[in-house]
Amino acid sequence: MITPHLPALQIVVPLVAAPLCLLLRRGDLAWGLALVVSWAALAIAIMLLQAVLTGGVISYEFGDWPPPWGIEYRIDAANAFVLLIVSGISAVLLPYARASVASEIEESKHCLFYTAYLLCLTGLLGVAITGDAFNLFVFLEITSLATYVLVAMGAGRDRRALTAAFTYLVMGTIGATFFVIGVGLLYMVTGTLNMNDLAVRIADLGENRTVSVAFAFLVVGLGLKLALFPLHLWLPNAYAYAPSVVTVFIAATSTKVAVYALLRFLFTIFGLEFSVEALTLTYVFLPLAIAGMFAASTVAIFQVDMKRMLAYSSVAQLGYMVLGMSFGNVTGLTATILHLFNHALIKGGLFMALGCVVYRCGSASIDEMRGLGRQMPLTMAAFVIGGLSLIGIPLTVGFISKWYLIQGAIEAGWWPVAILIVATSLLAVLYIGRVIEVAYLQPAPEGRVVTEAPRSMLIPMWVLIVANIYFGIDASLTTSVAGTAARALIGGTP
Amino acid sequence: MTLADIPGLYNYWVVILLMMVGLYIVVSRGNLVKKIVGLVVFQTSVFLLYISMGKIIGGTAPILTGRPEIFSNPLPHVLILTAIVVGISTTALGLALVVRIGDAYGTIEEDEIAKADHEAEFGGPETP
Repeated sequence: MITPHLPALQIVVPLVAAPLCLLLRRGDLAWGLALVVSWAALAIAIMLLQAVLTGGVISYEFGDWPPPWGIEYRIDAANAFVLLIVSGISAVLLPYARASVASEIEESKHCLFYTAYLLCLTGLLGVAITGDAFNLFVFLEITSLATYVLVAMGAGRDRRALTAAFTYLVMGTIGATFFVIGVGLLYMVTGTLNMNDLAVRIADLGENRTVSVAFAFLVVGLGLKLALFPLHLWLPNAYAYAPSVVTVFIAATSTKVAVYALLRFLFTIFGLEFSVEALTLTYVFLPLAIAGMFAASTVAIFQVDMKRMLAYSSVAQLGYMVLGMSFGNVTGLTATILHLFNHALIKGGLFMALGCVVYRCGSASIDEMRGLGRQMPLTMAAFVIGGLSLIGIPLTVGFISKWYLIQGAIEAGWWPVAILIVATSLLAVLYIGRVIEVAYLQPAPEGRVVTEAPRSMLIPMWVLIVANIYFGIDASLTTSVAGTAARALIGGTP
Repeated sequence: MTLADIPGLYNYWVVILLMMVGLYIVVSRGNLVKKIVGLVVFQTSVFLLYISMGKIIGGTAPILTGRPEIFSNPLPHVLILTAIVVGISTTALGLALVVRIGDAYGTIEEDEIAKADHEAEFGGPETP
C-alpha cells in the first residue's frame, strides 16, 4: 500500500519533520527526530534503488496529474544512486552530530540547527528525485537557503563564518538566477518543464539560438552551484568556517547533487547530439577541469587551516568529476558517478576526522595537528586511511574512481589527460603527507593534553573509513550501479 | 531581426537592462546592503522575463467563461509567484546576515571587513 508512494515520502518525511524539530524546542529531542527521519530516508532510498534496479524507471505523478502537466518524480538508476548517497551520508552523520554540535553551537540554537539541517536534506533529495526543471530550481533554493543558515551558525567559533555565508549567498543566488533564466528560455521555445518532454522537444527543434543561450545560462548557473573552477570562490571559506557537522554534510552531498543536476541537463535533456554541447565538453569543461585539479591542489598544499586545505582539495576533486563527464563516453560518465559516491565517502571520513580534532583541540590548524598521532591515534589513523583513499592508493575507493577515469580518458583517445590525472594525485600526496608528517613525527605542543574523541563520533567516522576500504576491495556493487546509471543518462531513457 | 522588431521587444530590452544593472551593482559595490539591493534588481529582471513571455497581446486572464477568447499563459505567472517567494527569502536571509556581520565587525563595508580579518589573522595592518 505504501510502496507506490515511496518517491513522495522520500521528500515529504524530512520536509514535515523540519518544522516539527522547531516545535520540539529542545535540542536533544530535535536531534532524535532528525536521526529517525534520516534513517527512514535511507531506508526509502535503498528500497527505491532496489526497485529501480529490478523493475526499471519509476515515474510518480504528483497529485495524480499526468506529466507533462503535473510534476513528475522520475527515478532511474542515476538519481536513485544519488538519493542513496545523500541519505546514507546523513544517516551516518547524525549520530556523530550530537557531540560535535553540542560543543560548537549554543544550546539555544540546537533545534534551529536541526530544522535547517532537515530542510537542507529535503532540498538535496528533492533536486535528485524530481523530473521537473522548475521544481529542481525550487529544491535547489531550499537547499541553498538552509545551507547559508547552517554555514552562518559557525559564527560562534569564528565570526568569518558570517562573511563566508554572505559570499556564498550572493554567489549561490546569482547561480540559481542564471539557472532559472535558462529554464525560462527553454520554456519559451518548448512550452514544457518536464525533463523528458524537454528532451524530446529540444531534439525536434534542431538548431535554435534561444536553446543555445539557455544552455549557456544553465551551465554557468549549475557551475556556480557545483563550484566548477574558477567559479569556486565561495567554497573554501564556507567549508572552513562552517560547523564541522555542516562541513561534512555539504562537502559530501551538496556539490554532488549539483553535479548530478548538471549531468541530468547535459545528458538527458540536451543530449550529446546537441551541437553546442560537444564543443562545451571539449573546449570548456576539459580545460577548466584540468586547471581546477592543478590550481586547487597546489593551493591546498599551502593552507594553514586543514579544513580549508580539504576544501581546496574538494575543488580539485570536483575537477575529476567534471573531467569524467567531459569525455562524453559511458566509461567517463561511470567514473563521474562512481566518484560522486566515492568522494562522499572520502571527504565525509576526512572532515569527520577534522571534526574530532576541532572537538578536542578547538581548531584544525596545522600547528594544532602536531603530535596528534599519539594523542588521538584512532582519529589520526582514520585521517591517514582517508588521505590514502583521496590520493588513490589501490584497495581504496579513490583508486577505483581514478582507474575508471583513466580508462575513460584512454577510450576518448586523450592519453595525455590520463598522465595529468596521475600527476595531480602526486599533489594530493604532498598535502596529505604534510599532515601525516606533522601528526606523527613532530612532538605535541607543550602542555596540551588531549584524549581521543567520544565514541559517538569515532564510530560514524570509522563506518565511512571502513566503507572506503570495503568498496575499494569489492567495487562490483558500486561500479555496476554507476555503469547502469551512466548508460541510463547517455542513452536517453533506458 | 529587423529594426522594426526592436520596439516590439521593449520588455526584453528592459529585462536585459535590469539584469546587467543588478549584476553590476553586486560586483561593483562594497557595501553589503547595496550588494543585496543589486541582487534583488537582478532577480526582478527574471520575474519580468517570465511574465513577458506568458503575455499574449489582446489575451485576457485565463478564466473559463464559455465564450471563445484568447488567454494569456498563466503558468509562467504562477512559476514567478514561487520565484518571488524564493527571492524574498533570499533577501531576508541576506539582510539578516548583514545585521549579524554589522554586530560582529562594526562595519558592513567589504574592504573594512577584509582589513579586520587580515589584522585578526596576522596581527598587523595590511602592507600594500
